[in-house]
Amino acid sequence: MSLHTLTIAQARDLLKRREISSLELTRAVLDRITALEPAIQAFLTVTAEAALAEARQADAAIAQGRMAPLTGIPIAIKDVICTLGVRTTCGSRILERFVPPYDAFVMQRLKAQQAVMVGKLNMDEFAMGSTTEHSAFQVTRNPWNTACIPGGSSGGSAAAVAAEMCLASLGSDTGGSIRQPASHCGVVGLKPTYGRVSRYGLVAFASSLDQIGPLGKTVADCAEVMQAIAGHDPSDATSAPNAVPDYMAALNRGVQDLRIGIPKSYFESQGLDPQVAAAVRQAITTLERLGATIVDVALPHTDYGVAAYYVIAPCEASSNLARFDGVKYGLRDGGADELLDMYRATRSQGFGPEVQRRILLGTYALSAGYYDAYYRKASQVRTLIMRDFAAAFQKCDLIASPVTPTPATPIGAHADEPLAMYLSDMYTLSANLAGIPGISVPCGFSTDGLPIGLQLQAAHFQEERLLAAAQAFEQATDFHKRKPAL
Amino acid sequence: MKISTEELLHVARLARLRIDPQAADKLAGQVATILEYVDTLAQVDTEGVPPTAHAISVTNAFREDRLAGHLPPDQALANAPAREEDFFLVPKVIG
Repeated sequence: MSLHTLTIAQARDLLKRREISSLELTRAVLDRITALEPAIQAFLTVTAEAALAEARQADAAIAQGRMAPLTGIPIAIKDVICTLGVRTTCGSRILERFVPPYDAFVMQRLKAQQAVMVGKLNMDEFAMGSTTEHSAFQVTRNPWNTACIPGGSSGGSAAAVAAEMCLASLGSDTGGSIRQPASHCGVVGLKPTYGRVSRYGLVAFASSLDQIGPLGKTVADCAEVMQAIAGHDPSDATSAPNAVPDYMAALNRGVQDLRIGIPKSYFESQGLDPQVAAAVRQAITTLERLGATIVDVALPHTDYGVAAYYVIAPCEASSNLARFDGVKYGLRDGGADELLDMYRATRSQGFGPEVQRRILLGTYALSAGYYDAYYRKASQVRTLIMRDFAAAFQKCDLIASPVTPTPATPIGAHADEPLAMYLSDMYTLSANLAGIPGISVPCGFSTDGLPIGLQLQAAHFQEERLLAAAQAFEQATDFHKRKPAL
Repeated sequence: MKISTEELLHVARLARLRIDPQAADKLAGQVATILEYVDTLAQVDTEGVPPTAHAISVTNAFREDRLAGHLPPDQALANAPAREEDFFLVPKVIG
């Protein structure tokens, strides 16, 4: 048996019964990385030695009967999450040599369970992008077709799970950056409610939208990782104090009692690929067959979501990224002999074109005379989008829709067309504006063999419903069992 | 066009970015295309709608005003491009 093919649930059973060791499992995963990484390029850093040491410690803990759900499980982390002593680049030249002096909250949680970190994953620079082509270092390939993008910005996180170079990963989602690559790579990706998972140690892109979440081979694996990372953290002032439910217990609740809302307008948009529409409609039929009630809902302001998002997110980014100035960490241009020149030279060298574009957009939108027309207006539209969801969730428990309008596109398809790339986020980014949770679960394949995902969204803090419905769907279908030919 | 090359260069100065003049025209065009799209927001009636800056209702997360863990200077300065003693070193501020 090839150990890298295991799910977390399977690996834990074998570890518990002492049929395998974490060291064997970790070695198998590292071997897989060595074999496939040249073709996939999902990792920016592979922490092989540290992983083997952590695996030995996990085995010692298991031998002493101290085993948490993720003990000894090889996991990889998006390179936007700070890892003590391990380079954290955000896919940017400006942080190419940044070594965090502390662990993000989610890393503290994973370490407390003695999960094994095998490396840090590629991403669009500062999580700005939907293709992972905007990494300053490398272009990650889609394991299902290496001529295609894996999606983004957590493209490395999705590709590594799909190619079985880790058992699960962490990503971050500001406008779809977990759900969209999960959909493109045929894995499960969960964006939690805003505030459910601490952002302490997550390098900020747009603070009112950013959220860390898991990507896994199965819904149950995502639930397991979610259980480990969710919870209140005093170090994040926006962290929610709500008690964390038992996500694993919620998994098998089924969909019999659930009303699933279908926003008709989502299926009428011009850019929606007919194959994606057909797969998602089929998935909705499956959920109905499993006992869910299907109802129509309206989200009338969705059409304005992309416009509102591409004001709010760049505004927040232009403010957040002001900290990268060549003083406290990261790159510095040594040529300038005056402070302002040093800032400009450093930032222009250190940031890639997409990041500079968004900083310029945000700075423009926040500048004197434009604030009301852009930031204030977009924030008002955000209220209307939230009200749409609130009204819809009076009529239904979950909203089902596509994740992305098309399957993964060829590498280079959106080069120099930022707006075209932004429009591909139309189904995902309203969840970030509203702060609600969403999940992508595999629901089909295109005729070219590229994965298609089903998105389910729920009201604030209703992750249990998402997981229960996704699990019911997964159990009733075989899409998650298909593996890319690598 | 929604934003001229001159305006773009002004915004770049505000954002502490140095834009290559040869790239400025193309960049201004891209930003203008996005701004024109964003202008669809003007079609939405937002009269009397309060703005949302934050999607959940956590406000004023207070904590005890107690000394908590902090980084020793050597760790805090470990990533600094330049340091002198326990300070970040920068080029001259006033010309």
